[in-house]
Amino acid sequence: MPQVTLTVNGKTSTVDVEGRTLLVELLREKLRLTGTHVGCDTSQCGACVVHVDGESVKACTILALQANGSQVTTIEGLAKPDGTLHPMQEAFREYHALQCGFCTPGMVMSAIDLVQKHPDGMSEKEIREGLEGNLCRCTGYHNIVKAIAAAQDVMHGRAQTLAPAAE
Amino acid sequence: MNVVTPFEGIGASVKRKEDLRFLSGRGQYTDDINRPGQTYAAILRSPHAHGRITSIDTAAAAAMPGVVAIFTGADMPDLGGIPCGWQIHNKDGTPMAEPMHPVLAVGKVRFVGDAVAAVIAETRAQAKDAAEAIQVEYEVLPAVATLEAALAPGASLVHDDVAGNICYDWHIGDKAVNEAAFIKAAKVVEFDLVNNRLVPNAMEPRAAIGDYDPTTEDYTLYTTSQNPHVIRLLMGAFVLHLPEHKLRVVAPDVGGGFGSKIFHYAEEAIVTWAAGRVKRPVKWTAERTESFITDAHGRDHVTKARLAMDADGKFLALHVRTLANMGAYLSTFATSVPTYLYATLLSGVYATPTVYAEVKAVFTNTVPVDAYRGAGRPEATFLLERLVDVAAAETGMDRVEIRRRNFIPADAFPYQTPVALQYDSGDYQATLDQALEAAGWAGFEARRAEAKARGRLRGIGISTYVEACGIAPSAVVGSLGARAGLYEVGTIRVHPTGSVTVLTGTHSHGQGHETTFAQLVTDRLGVPLAQVDVVHGDTAKIPFGMGTYGSRSLAVGGSAMVKAMDKIVAKARRIAAHLMEASVEDVEFDRGTFRVAGTDKTRSWAEIALTAYVPHNYPIEELEPGLDETAFYDPKNFTYPGGCHICEVEIEPETGITTVVNFTAVDDVGRVINPMIVEGQVQGGVAQGIGQALLESCVYDSEGQLVSASFMDYQMPRANDLPMVSVATHTTLCTHNPLGVKGCGEVGAIGSPPAVINAVVDALKEYGVRHIEMPATAAKIWGIINASRPAMAAE
Repeated sequence: MPQVTLTVNGKTSTVDVEGRTLLVELLREKLRLTGTHVGCDTSQCGACVVHVDGESVKACTILALQANGSQVTTIEGLAKPDGTLHPMQEAFREYHALQCGFCTPGMVMSAIDLVQKHPDGMSEKEIREGLEGNLCRCTGYHNIVKAIAAAQDVMHGRAQTLAPAAE
Repeated sequence: MNVVTPFEGIGASVKRKEDLRFLSGRGQYTDDINRPGQTYAAILRSPHAHGRITSIDTAAAAAMPGVVAIFTGADMPDLGGIPCGWQIHNKDGTPMAEPMHPVLAVGKVRFVGDAVAAVIAETRAQAKDAAEAIQVEYEVLPAVATLEAALAPGASLVHDDVAGNICYDWHIGDKAVNEAAFIKAAKVVEFDLVNNRLVPNAMEPRAAIGDYDPTTEDYTLYTTSQNPHVIRLLMGAFVLHLPEHKLRVVAPDVGGGFGSKIFHYAEEAIVTWAAGRVKRPVKWTAERTESFITDAHGRDHVTKARLAMDADGKFLALHVRTLANMGAYLSTFATSVPTYLYATLLSGVYATPTVYAEVKAVFTNTVPVDAYRGAGRPEATFLLERLVDVAAAETGMDRVEIRRRNFIPADAFPYQTPVALQYDSGDYQATLDQALEAAGWAGFEARRAEAKARGRLRGIGISTYVEACGIAPSAVVGSLGARAGLYEVGTIRVHPTGSVTVLTGTHSHGQGHETTFAQLVTDRLGVPLAQVDVVHGDTAKIPFGMGTYGSRSLAVGGSAMVKAMDKIVAKARRIAAHLMEASVEDVEFDRGTFRVAGTDKTRSWAEIALTAYVPHNYPIEELEPGLDETAFYDPKNFTYPGGCHICEVEIEPETGITTVVNFTAVDDVGRVINPMIVEGQVQGGVAQGIGQALLESCVYDSEGQLVSASFMDYQMPRANDLPMVSVATHTTLCTHNPLGVKGCGEVGAIGSPPAVINAVVDALKEYGVRHIEMPATAAKIWGIINASRPAMAAE
């Protein structure tokens, strides 16, 4: 059985996989990182988005073997070791941008990559267009868009702290 | 109401307690659970909509690597069918047709996706590989994929013993009174419409793990359910014949439901039963395509309506005839949706003196249809609010004025409708006024003109609605055919140091109960929110419960908690009276402090809690130790949220693409516990309503193949399809539950679809459009605009 070696959330693992094993299966089944979810079988929903070498990737669309030698970050690896949340995680909580929580890990990982790729900041419309690859059935995206808009200011250093949601 | 600092009680938009685990990847959904020695199930499904199974050959599959067992319907002759929870009676008093729904198909398959065989193997991939190696021979039969096809003379029968494919032919209202009213009418508006079939598509696919302990003969089912106790009851008593004490059902974190996870599904029975056979845990997780072809669908009504009016535009009578698609088998609540959750709402917010409704439920070779967010009330609201707009157009009346003229007045509550329900409270003029103001209704024509100058067609639409939720008084629903009571159960467990665990029979799958319910406790008992935890979803922990659907969790489940807290406070006051050597009547309780009235003698909440569990100085002769109370609450009536939704759209004539540019919702959901969560519920509901109105189309071909069976074919609303949604509330309190709450889970999906379509029709009014069926896709609208272009050019 082929082996894959990759670093996930800072920890390097070598795992036996079948050739057909998807990255998301490796993460969930072999490494027991179940924060990354599977919501569809056509790479449409984005619940499985992780970062591979800093880029957001749908973990259901690549084979585990393709991630050999990569640095992978999942939702479990976002917060600091002392538990301090990433600004995007904090913004999702502050703006009530999650309900059932199932799309949330992929949504957060996509949103972080989206913000990083737009250093000048995004308008509401640009955020909505940027979320093309992520489905949420609970929120209607209203609060997700607001959370990302608030988080980008912190991530780009334009605000020291997250703007509080209106009461 | 009590006030604690910082304010965390009723009315506070506190952040959710559940968020941290979901944001950290520490949620535990069913597929995240693995049991020691676990095997995996794959289900072989029928590729045909209708056929006779002539042979099943599992020999080759059984020899494949990793295969533990293969089961077909023939292996489970002792199992019961999957039951339907609500018996409807025909007009003539006879009961509905209720054909057997076997766990695995026996003899015939009746829809694409019908379960034919289950393979149990060491890995998921091995199970799937082996399922593909099973050889099934079918004699393919003609399929009836639509209501029209199922009702055609000589149509193929889905169930050989159900004549004409009719499940039931039911009615409500006084037919003679109704007919007489039409004779006196100055104007009768006739209107036909379809309520489009939808696929719920919670983001988490269904999953189930069966576990069996051969030493105790205990079974455990982990499942993606909105109501674990209901699943235990239905599966245990009717399908597997297991007594409750030998069957535990756990519904852990569940990734959205919207109704589709209420029902008892075959896969739950398969994995539980199979675990007992192979003596190992068995896990099944749906792939998304499997979800499309097995999760119960929603809506799918075809309706003809007639509205009688007098010369002043007052409604005199409404007559409705609806065909409702049941799919191939009766799902758990399917039969109640087009009857008691639909036709009883056909009075709407209007004082229509007589309503008569006839509903035929029909079997087809499609996935079973059952409750989906709103369940019956969106169908009633869509019909009424489109019909009222058509009536306004045909009489030349203003759309707002025709509604005002026919509203049930605010001083008419309690209001008895002609279709069984008694609304307890509401103020439809007030929610209308607030919405008109918030949406800038008066300034719309200027915006339309401005849009026209940019080459865009702009329209505005309104919907005023009422719904019935907080389901439901047991005696009432029992008299209407429900086979269960619909009370709820709450336990308040005060621990020795004063912190609190709440056990509730409802289930949270996105609604934020862990926060909202904790706020109830904080508000009443004065215990800080951080010291209150809410537990749900496990029949081994929670005494009983009927689960979450029909916006019932707060109205019914929250009321049970209030009753339990009443018992806690009553007992705690007796303990406090003993400690302070006062009479119970003199002990007041407020903000976590017990005080002898008019004195400075006090005892804290923590002191009383500790005394209850360390009863050294205690009235032990007359009071048991402990502070742990359970209450069952059976509601006295449904609750009746209502309100007004206003939608503004722009259409690009060159493409037919509709953009929702403004959406305003003003809802009366009764008392609001957490405004942030209520707004989120309404925004999400509106998104599903806009999805139904503009995007989502569930398409079967004539042979019964679901051609929209993936996210590539079924258009789920994405971020860029939706607007920001302005949400406000206007409160009239529910008069019959202790919290005054009505429910907010479904109002968004109920009020919004007609507001959207009314706006689209308004935008297209220069094209003479009377109605456009949902979803109003770009192709449909482009076709309308394009078809009328030559005529317009010729003018």
